[in-house]
Parts: sequence; C-alpha cells; structure tokens
Amino acid sequence: MQPAITESLAKSFGLSAEEYGRVLAIMGRTPTFTELGIFSVMWSEHCSYKSSRVWLKQLPTKAPWVIHGPGENAGVVDIGDGLAAIFKMESHNHPSFIEPYQGAATGVGGILRDVFTMGARPIANLNALRFGRPENARTKRVVDGVVRGIGGYGNCVGVPTVGGEINFHPAYDGNPLVNAMTVGIAHKDRIFLSAAAGIGNPVVYVGSKTGRDGIHGATMASAEFSADSEEKRPTVQIGDPFTEKLLIEACLELMATDAIIAIQDMGAAGLTSSSVEMAGKGNVGIELDLDHVPARETGMSAYEFMLSESQERMLMILRPDREQLARDIFAKWDLDFAIIGRITDTGRITVRHHGQIEADIPLAPLNDQAPLYTRPIVDTPRQEKLNPARIEDRLGLVKGLVTLIGCPDLCSRAWVWDQYDSTVGGQTVKRPGAADAAIVKLDGLKRALALTTDCTPRYCQADPETGGAQAVAEAWRNLVAVGALPLAITDNMNFGNPEKPEIMGQFAAAIRGMAAACTALDFPVVSGNVSLYNETEGRAILPTPAIGGLGVLEDGAAAVGLAMPPWLDLVLIGQTTGWIGQSLWLREIAGREDGAPPPVDLKAERAHGEFVRAGILNGTVRACHDVSDGGILVALAEMCMASGVGARVVTHPRDIPGYAFWFGEDQARYILAVADAPGLLRQAEAAGIPAMRLGTSGGHDLTLPDGGTISIADLRAAHGRFFPTWMAEKDAN
Amino acid sequence: MTPGIILFPGINRERDMAIALEASFGRKPRMLWHKDTDLTGVDLVVIPGGFSFGDYLRCGAMAAQSPIMRAVKDHADRGGYVLGVCNGFQILTEAGILPGALLRNVSLRFLSMDCHLRVERADTVFTNRYKQGQTFRAIMAHGDGNYFADDATLDRLEAENRVAFRYATQAGEITPAVNLNGSARSIAGVYSQNLRVLGLMPHPEDLVDPLMGGDDGKPLFDALAAA
Repeated sequence: MQPAITESLAKSFGLSAEEYGRVLAIMGRTPTFTELGIFSVMWSEHCSYKSSRVWLKQLPTKAPWVIHGPGENAGVVDIGDGLAAIFKMESHNHPSFIEPYQGAATGVGGILRDVFTMGARPIANLNALRFGRPENARTKRVVDGVVRGIGGYGNCVGVPTVGGEINFHPAYDGNPLVNAMTVGIAHKDRIFLSAAAGIGNPVVYVGSKTGRDGIHGATMASAEFSADSEEKRPTVQIGDPFTEKLLIEACLELMATDAIIAIQDMGAAGLTSSSVEMAGKGNVGIELDLDHVPARETGMSAYEFMLSESQERMLMILRPDREQLARDIFAKWDLDFAIIGRITDTGRITVRHHGQIEADIPLAPLNDQAPLYTRPIVDTPRQEKLNPARIEDRLGLVKGLVTLIGCPDLCSRAWVWDQYDSTVGGQTVKRPGAADAAIVKLDGLKRALALTTDCTPRYCQADPETGGAQAVAEAWRNLVAVGALPLAITDNMNFGNPEKPEIMGQFAAAIRGMAAACTALDFPVVSGNVSLYNETEGRAILPTPAIGGLGVLEDGAAAVGLAMPPWLDLVLIGQTTGWIGQSLWLREIAGREDGAPPPVDLKAERAHGEFVRAGILNGTVRACHDVSDGGILVALAEMCMASGVGARVVTHPRDIPGYAFWFGEDQARYILAVADAPGLLRQAEAAGIPAMRLGTSGGHDLTLPDGGTISIADLRAAHGRFFPTWMAEKDAN
Repeated sequence: MTPGIILFPGINRERDMAIALEASFGRKPRMLWHKDTDLTGVDLVVIPGGFSFGDYLRCGAMAAQSPIMRAVKDHADRGGYVLGVCNGFQILTEAGILPGALLRNVSLRFLSMDCHLRVERADTVFTNRYKQGQTFRAIMAHGDGNYFADDATLDRLEAENRVAFRYATQAGEITPAVNLNGSARSIAGVYSQNLRVLGLMPHPEDLVDPLMGGDDGKPLFDALAAA
C-alpha cells in the first residue's frame, strides 16, 4: 500500500511546506504518490537549480564560436574543419562518498551520455577530484574506489582518460568531490537536441532495463549528509560500461540516419526528467504507458518506474516511418528497444500503468512554476595580505622544494593515471602530466583539442571572487601554455548548503569572479552543473568551482609540453612579488592557511598568455609550463622531471625573501625554454610584458640559486613516493 | 595481403588498429562483425583490444564462442595469418587457438603505461622488420595480462621457440621489476606452432606515429604489409 499523501510525506521527499502548497495549487487536488514523486525530483535542487539559477545568469555564455550554450545536454563549440566539440562536466559527489566505485563509475557513464546524446563520439574524459585528509582512515578507501571506478568504466567504454586534478583537504573528509568531464566530436550540422516535436510521434526507450536502483538519487544529491548516510546506499546506481559502449555505437549508427527528432539520456530523475524536459522544451505533451518499459524486476510500481535512476538508458522521439530502421539497429547491438508512449498536444504528462492513470500533470507549471530562490547572502570576510618578510623560512630552498613536490597536493599522480587507459583511440598527443593540458588529435586531421580542469579551492575559501576568477584564468593559462587557442569552459559548481547565507555568498562571489574572467579572456561558459549541500554534519567543503577548459590547435604537432631539451635558456614571464598568502608553501611548510590569495590581473593574464602562445606557434618556445601551485621552483622541478634534463638557476631576487620569490604563487606566469633569451626578453619588453632569465636547462641536477643541488633522480623519488606508499600501508583499524 | 578486423560488442581499439593497418597497408582494412561466418578474401584476421561482452565472464570467454570464431579457427588451421592484441590475445587463448591463459595482473590493478618488449625471434612474418634481441616500446592497457600456462606448456613453447616477446628493460634485460603484470617467464606474446598466429598483450598499434609518442610499433605492421 502507498502511504497517504500529506505535507509530511512531501517533506520526506525533500519538498518544503511552501513547495507542497504550490503542488496543490497547480494540481487543484491532492497529487497521487507518483505525481508527488515527479514534483519532488523535478523541483529538487539537482534538477531545478532553484538556488543557483539567479546567479548563473550572470555568466557570459556567448561567442561567435559557441553553437549551443547552457540549456542543452552539453555545450557545443565550433572547432573548425566543419566540426564541433561537445563537452560538459558533472558532479557525482554524494554517490561517490556512499559507494566510491559505483558512484564514480556512474558519474563517468552519466557525463558520457550527456555528450553522445547530442551526436558526438566521445574522444576524451577528464576528472576533477577532491578528497579528505590522507590521515583520515576513510579517505584511502574513497580514493581507491573512485580511481578504480573511473578506470573501470572509462577503460571499458574505450574513451581515453587524459587529464584531471586531485586535491586533498580536511574540508572534504565527509564529502569528496568527483567531477567528471567528457569531450566529444560531431559534425557541426549534425547536432541532436532534446526538444520533442510531432504530435503522435513514438516515444522510444532504448538501452538497459529499468530496475529499482537509484530511486530518489536526485533528491539525495540535494540534501546534506549525516552519520547514517550509509543507509542511502540503495540510492546509488550501478554502472554497466559494456551496455554504455553498445549504446554509444547504436546511437551513433542511428544518428547517421534521419530517424531521430529528439533524444535525451535518462540521467538524474530518470524517465521523469527526460520525458518532462523533452516535452516541455518542445511545448507539446507526452503520454507514457509504463507497461511497455523494459523492466529488470517484477512488481515495480509507477512511482518506481518514474523515479528509477537505472543507468545506460535513453529516450528518443523518432520519425514514425523510421521505426523499423531504428529497431533493427538496436537489435544488432542486442539492446532493448521499446515504444513506451506518444507525443500529444495536451501540454501534459500522462502516465499509465496497468490501465490506470498514475500521473497527469500540466508540464508548463511543472517547469515554469518550479521554485526559484534568491537566497540571502553574506560576503566572505576579506583576509589580510601577508608580508613575507614576517614569516621565517626554516627549511631553505632544497628541503622546501622536496617537501612541496612530495606533498599530497603536488606529488606525482602516476599511481592514479597508470590505472586509466589514456591512449585508447590512438589520438593522444600529450598524456597526463606531459603538458599543462592534455592534447587529443582528431582522427584523420591535423587539428587537435587541448583539455584541462582547474580550480584552487583554498583561494576560493579565502576569497571566492578572486578564486572564481583564478580558476577560469588558470584553465585558460593551461590551454595557452600548450599553444592552444582557448575557446570555452564548462563549470562544475560544488558548494555547501545554499540555505546558509555564508555559502550562498561564496557562490555569488565565485560567479562574479568567474564572469569577469570569462569576459576578459573571451572564454564563455557553455555548459555546467551545480552541486550544493556538500556538507556532512553541518561542515561544508571548500567552495570548489571546478572549471573544464577546451582549446583548439590547428596543428597538434605544434603543441609543446613540459619536457625541455638541454642547453636552452629558461625565461620567466610575468611579475613576481613573492605572494605567499594561501600558497602551498605556507600550508605545507609554515603550517598556516591564511592570508589573501594572489590577485588575478585579467589584463595581464591575457597579454602574457597571448605572448606565450605566439611564441609557441612560431617555434621560439620549445617547452612551457605555467607557474601555479608551489611557485617557480616547483614548476622548474616539474619540467626537469618530465624531461629528465636538469637546470641551473642563476637569478637572485632583490627586495623579496628568497622563499617567497621561489615558492610564492603570483598569477599569470609561465616558464619558457627558448634558444635565445635576449631575443625573447627584447620582444617581451617591447610588448610591455615582465620577463626575466632564470637560468639554463641541462645536466642531471637542478641547481638552485642558493647553491643547493638536487638530482633529477632524487626529485623523482620524492615526487613519486606518496601515493604508492600510502596505498600500500595497512590501516591500523 | 588483405587485413580484416573483427568487431565483437565491447571491442574498443578497432579504430586504433585500423589506423595502424592503413598506415602500413595503404588502404583501409575490412571490418568484420562477430556474427559473420565468412572470411573469404581476408588473409590476415586481426582481433583488437577492448572488453568484448564487457569481459563480465572471464576475459574473452564469451567472444571465443561467437559464430565468427569457428571461421577464425578454420582460417588458422589452413595456415592463415591471425593477430590478436590484448583482448584479442585473450580471445585466442580462450578459443584454444593459442596456448595458455591471461589472469588478473598481480597488482590486481589495471596497468596503463609504456613497456619495453624484447623480440625473441625476428624471422616471422610479424617481426622480420625488427632485430632479434632488440627491444621496442609498446603500450600496456589491461587488467588481465598475467600470462599463465603450466610448466610443461611453457617448456614446450620455449623449446619450440614460440615465445614472441618478453617484458624487458629498455636494454633488453628480463627482470621481475619490469614484468608488471606477473606473466610466467615474462611472456608478453606467443606464436602458434606454424608461427602464423600471434597473440600479445601490449599495443603496438598505439605507437605508429611520432606525434603520439613514438612509432616503435610500426615495423610490425610494415612487416605484415610486405608479406
């Protein structure tokens, strides 16, 4: 028996009293159990963006090369040669904490579907991950499960995982972040959208059968965690990458014909959100008969069918005369194919089950009258700029460098990458770690894409506006640093409970910073995802607006990476003030997490980046690395380790304490390897860009300005130690 | 010689293989479907890598039962050429066309990285563009690449000089440290008795272009194209 429909039942479904009142007004009667379920998931934070929409509108989303911005399943940009890149990043944070392997795996599966549903063949995956303290016993299990899950899914579907980032911080102890990004390629005049059309046209269900997994996943993702979150494990979905692979091939085969009018994957809120959104966007109605939905279990109710988040399912509206053609293609790939309804002119969603009408809801108010909140905000208090002269450097340069390159946030990620297939497809020009951005060539063409994910959450925590701008700027910088023309970003906004004014203040400020950077750098947002309520027991994560950046190279062979040839000059581009506030040196060596983060000068950012990119494309620059976490010496050490070539640093800073000069995190900086430093310095001076010679590449050691020396072998040992050692340690409990 | 690539559901390195074959053969390979049973006109059957049928059963076990595998067995029995890479190697062992089996990597983790293979003999249709004892770089990308056979089988393979490649250092030394998946006697690939069927775990097809990090795998395909 289904429970009585009451305000308290609505509350347990995540609807407030006011929202339930709105449901009653729209329906003009008490909703059925199934109808209440549909309202609750459609109006969940996850599906409705009810707290974030007012702010998201501030982001620039247009440029001449943007084909589809936010609002479709993924963003679409023109990359030349008649092709479009389709990409998006999406979070799977809550499921990944409850069940790390399946949570991460289905995160990859979900974002892949968002991309191939638009007609693109996925060519690359990336992921932005944040975990709790390594000392926390649970963290290791989460890291291991998430990495295995990403690999298990991505490796099997045959899409290379080419990049990403990992941070550790206690703020993620109870709430890790798993943000997965997929990039696909399509012909730009063959993009598939989700707006349903054609009264009477069949609504077709393809893919896996529907089971009881993931019911109310979207609602779970819209609430804080508590100590009993383990009980929510049944709301996590189970991934089947093999079926996903078949679905990719079958959909792309069908997309080569003219059969599809509209298509959307069944993601969060499954059949409910896909049918409601498709019919709503097309201003039509939709009629579903659940008796025809392929079911994995017997005795499922209408409510369970509508709210199941079983994976690897798609909904399509087909041309009626192409039904057999489509049926044959899905039969070839051994996938379920079922006509489960029709498009109507009623403007309503009508759901039948066993001959009974289980739901009958007008679509317009379900979509248009969804709650929209302008929640109260409180600004994050400003932090003081730190004076580096007042901080003592107890370690010196060599020990400081070794400590930094070995710390969890900067150490080698090889243990992780070695579990991801980064080469399948045969187009990976720069694998993870080889360059500031991953580079994937387009099959049969010279053209290549550059891809990166970036965010520095500790900057965002200290100053969300600067942090938001910095995340966008760093993504742009990483694309420029390989020689690519940055085109657009996808954003994955991970924040705490939006009902707290401090959290909503972080969100609003981060958006402000991002918007400024996107505008200044001509780097619009074309897709994104918002994940709120990232809190456990009332403790919020660091504000984490993860940015996925995409750029294009006309010739992939022109790209440069970190590896530098010997006996070149090393030149630093950009101003160094010794900015130590919020630096990794300050945290890892001085044990402090305070101060204002480095300011982001967007004008300088653009000028420096364009100068560097021009140098790469004209062949002057032979290797390039942006200077970010850990500052100049860490960047240099990374270049040495990537190339197996040492470097001798000869510069001596004046007026700035040595540690702050070498480990400070001023923005808009790059290290370039060039044959002719004086020539480059003259060009920089003419362009009004700060530049200085740091030293020379060559040999087998990194020789520091204070006379200290460390061999590349020792650097690599220090850099490579953390992950394998940590993972091999047996837990005490 | 006309190459054909077999597509099982879940195979995912067919495009990589097609690129490598086309680069050496100068024309696109034929694509064959797992439900086909006719290999007429195909001289070299290639089974690429991936996760056939999801590898939800033992790797390659489902694919080995596909309709086309009877035709592949007949082709091999007639002295036809067959190349199986990664999942393709697993399928060939599951089908009984090559001896041994591929177990989980000893680390119990997926391994995705470069490795060096030592060429154990350079007089086959696959390896005659390499020199015996030289090493070349290839890409590992597998969770189940730990070659296993009983001692009698391993002794016989060695006695018949049917070990194609071993995991080695760049200089050609065979050490446990570079035998990452734990393969018996560091074996990365084996031949059939007539040396016309080759199965190996690492991917030569992903290193046929310097832009992608090297072309160490290209001589294998050049040799086949010239046969």
